Amino acid sequence: MTLRIPRRGMAQVLALIIILMIDRLVSPQFFNLHLQDGRLFGSVIDVLNRGTPVALLSLGMVLVIATGGIDLSVGAVMAIAGATAASLADTHSLPVVIASALAVGLACGLWNGILVAVLRIQPIVATLILMVAGRGIAQLITEGRIVTFTSPDLVWMGNGAVLGLPTPVVIALGMLLLTAAVVRGTALGLLIEATGGNARASELSGVGTRAMILSVYIWCGLCASLAGVIAAADIMGADANNAGLWLELDAILAVVIGGTSLFGGRFSLVLAVAGALIIQAMNTGILLSGYPPELNLLVKAVVVLAVLLAQSPRLGDLSRFTARWRRTKP
Amino acid sequence: MSDPSAPPAARPALLDIRGLSKSFGTLKALDGVDFTLGEGEIHALLGENGAGKSTLIKVVTGVFARDAGTVRLAGREIAPRSAKDAVDAGIATVYQEVNLLPNLSVAQNLYLGRQPTRFGVVREGEMKRRARALLLDYGLDIDVGAPLSSYSVAVQHITAIARAVDLSARVLILDEPTASLDRHEVEILFSVMRKLADRGIGIVFVSHFLDQVYEICDRVTVLRNGRLIGSRDIADLPRLDLIRMMLGRELAETTHERAASQPDTAREVCVSFKGFGKQGYVAPFDLELRRGEVVGLAGLLGSGRTETARLVFGAERADSGEATIDGKAIKLNSPRDGAGLGFGYCPEERKTEGIVADLTVRENIVLALQARRGLHRPLSRREQDEIAMRYIRMLDIRPPDPERPIGLLSGGNQQKALLARWLATSPKLLVLDEPTRGIDVGAHAEIIRLVRELCDQGLALLVISSELDEIVTYSNRVVVLRDREHVEELKGEAIEVSSILAAIAADSAPAHEAAS
Repeated sequence: MTLRIPRRGMAQVLALIIILMIDRLVSPQFFNLHLQDGRLFGSVIDVLNRGTPVALLSLGMVLVIATGGIDLSVGAVMAIAGATAASLADTHSLPVVIASALAVGLACGLWNGILVAVLRIQPIVATLILMVAGRGIAQLITEGRIVTFTSPDLVWMGNGAVLGLPTPVVIALGMLLLTAAVVRGTALGLLIEATGGNARASELSGVGTRAMILSVYIWCGLCASLAGVIAAADIMGADANNAGLWLELDAILAVVIGGTSLFGGRFSLVLAVAGALIIQAMNTGILLSGYPPELNLLVKAVVVLAVLLAQSPRLGDLSRFTARWRRTKP
Repeated sequence: MSDPSAPPAARPALLDIRGLSKSFGTLKALDGVDFTLGEGEIHALLGENGAGKSTLIKVVTGVFARDAGTVRLAGREIAPRSAKDAVDAGIATVYQEVNLLPNLSVAQNLYLGRQPTRFGVVREGEMKRRARALLLDYGLDIDVGAPLSSYSVAVQHITAIARAVDLSARVLILDEPTASLDRHEVEILFSVMRKLADRGIGIVFVSHFLDQVYEICDRVTVLRNGRLIGSRDIADLPRLDLIRMMLGRELAETTHERAASQPDTAREVCVSFKGFGKQGYVAPFDLELRRGEVVGLAGLLGSGRTETARLVFGAERADSGEATIDGKAIKLNSPRDGAGLGFGYCPEERKTEGIVADLTVRENIVLALQARRGLHRPLSRREQDEIAMRYIRMLDIRPPDPERPIGLLSGGNQQKALLARWLATSPKLLVLDEPTRGIDVGAHAEIIRLVRELCDQGLALLVISSELDEIVTYSNRVVVLRDREHVEELKGEAIEVSSILAAIAADSAPAHEAAS
């Protein structure tokens, strides 16, 4: 029928552009790119590269949040997957290493999913269990040490390049396309949105809501383990204490900035990733500007507040009210 | 002070409500309702779901603002703007779900916010002593220091009542207080109610247990569709007349044009249930649903109508009997099973169990079909648009915009979209629970016409309605329920509002006879 300009998403794209412009102001070379050893370098590439873990997390998180749930354990799952990959890296081939790490992520996701979908534990509590226990598990795997490795294959996952782009960025892009294909290419997207919008009504319409919820937690675990492998590959080691620490909060933030309501329902994969990039663009900008990194947290808080205010229904009422007021005035 | 048209109350009017109106959007929830409560009177407020009982209570207790009308308490006009205003004025309400703090002690609950203190310190002993004395007055001799949650629901109710009355209440509103009580606990509650009435407190008793109404109440007021049907002394009101007030319209106008002319046993059986039931939910029943036939389910609120519908669709799992199609037993343990068999179910609670408010009309319409096709066979956007537009046109859903979030549509149009959701799956059986509730008059007639049309197209339909005229208009058979039991099945010429009323009102003696 008629072509519609998507209203959703304009705010996020605009925010990203504004933040990149500000970055350009504080660092004139921000958009400069140069090729070195077959890999592009520059601040923009940095934003993409550094933003990869949170972007990957947000791909899983956005689906979980769309069902009305939340997954606090993704940071811990990153640590477990990273520890798994690092301890296998020098003795096994890359496919085995990655498969093992992903299998661990899948198991974590399954655990969360069973707690939430089958045992009906509140998501925030259910995933809190693995958030706490996960770091312990990761430490058991690394035996309390920081496990380092030298396997060039795994190092390539974090520091290599494909067609000039850093490998992590290519992987994240691939995951975005894969997730989009799985979610929008099948009926999964609609059924997830229906489940999150009204689980009772969806169930009475014959939707297998339990399977929906189970599958999003599994996907979230998979995405988190991939992020964990990349984070480990990046530093050529697994730090069970610090890998992915607090990143679950950034992932939730990215999803919220991407316009998905914590009550569930409508979601957008692309905007969640845009949210992750917005966060990273702020981080990078503050680092480049030379301001103390502590400021980062404050700026983040202000951005969250702005986004939440923009989404607040009360504020919406207010703007509608002022619009009407303006209309009645000649 | 008292209105000349008011019924001659023997006692002076304590609460006097005149011409009370309240609308939500286009829906009139209360339309010029009068209500008079005398001192020391126990007055039942009756009506089906959506009749306006809770709206009336909420307006009187200041939860909703009224659109028109007056409320007088002991001759003085009041206009409470919050629940606290109402309590200060002397009107206290105890809801079915007790609004107290279960983790605090009984005494603390009784005196919360007004504990006896000395130099700013709560005097626990004094509080307990007073609480004990207060409850002894109600015939309760319990340890008031124990947490409220350690006592039965009845004790919790009486605690709530004691607190409310102690806050100088003159009018006490009890909203379905007996729903979760057993017989013995009901007795205790009733003796408390009688004591309070003797002290001159007026009690409004909302319940759907008619036996209890006849046992405890002096007068009864019946509402239907937001209008006052009448107020009567319970002593001169036969049970049949009371049920007629609640369910029927004027009997004169029951000229059902399209009554069940052909009680057609030759029709193909779609699904049959034998001894199907669930303990404590609805008693085992036999039921045959045939293609091209509407079966109406009639009964009072709480009689097991909705429960029957949910069992038939699979929304609730039966624990006895079996369901068969062509003699073969079928699995019916979940809504998914029901939908997979080609059943559809439009629940009564449209907002909480029907629509997915944030999704568009299109997405809501294709939801059941997509769920049945499974993940791997998605409907393309073009197919979705086609399906949505077909049903929007066929059912005249307005506005005819498939991309509008369904939550923004009126109740009638939401109901049509929910019908479309199931019609899109080409169902064999449709179960409709109160399809015309909360819908304006125009859409009401359309839905009734649709039910008939679907039936003519060969669907089997099971329809619940508390509007008996409606049931008479479209049903080929009517199953009457009472106290969670199927008590009678009416066919053909026997389907009359009066015969349904008689079956609902009949004493439980001649039950189980016509379940052929």
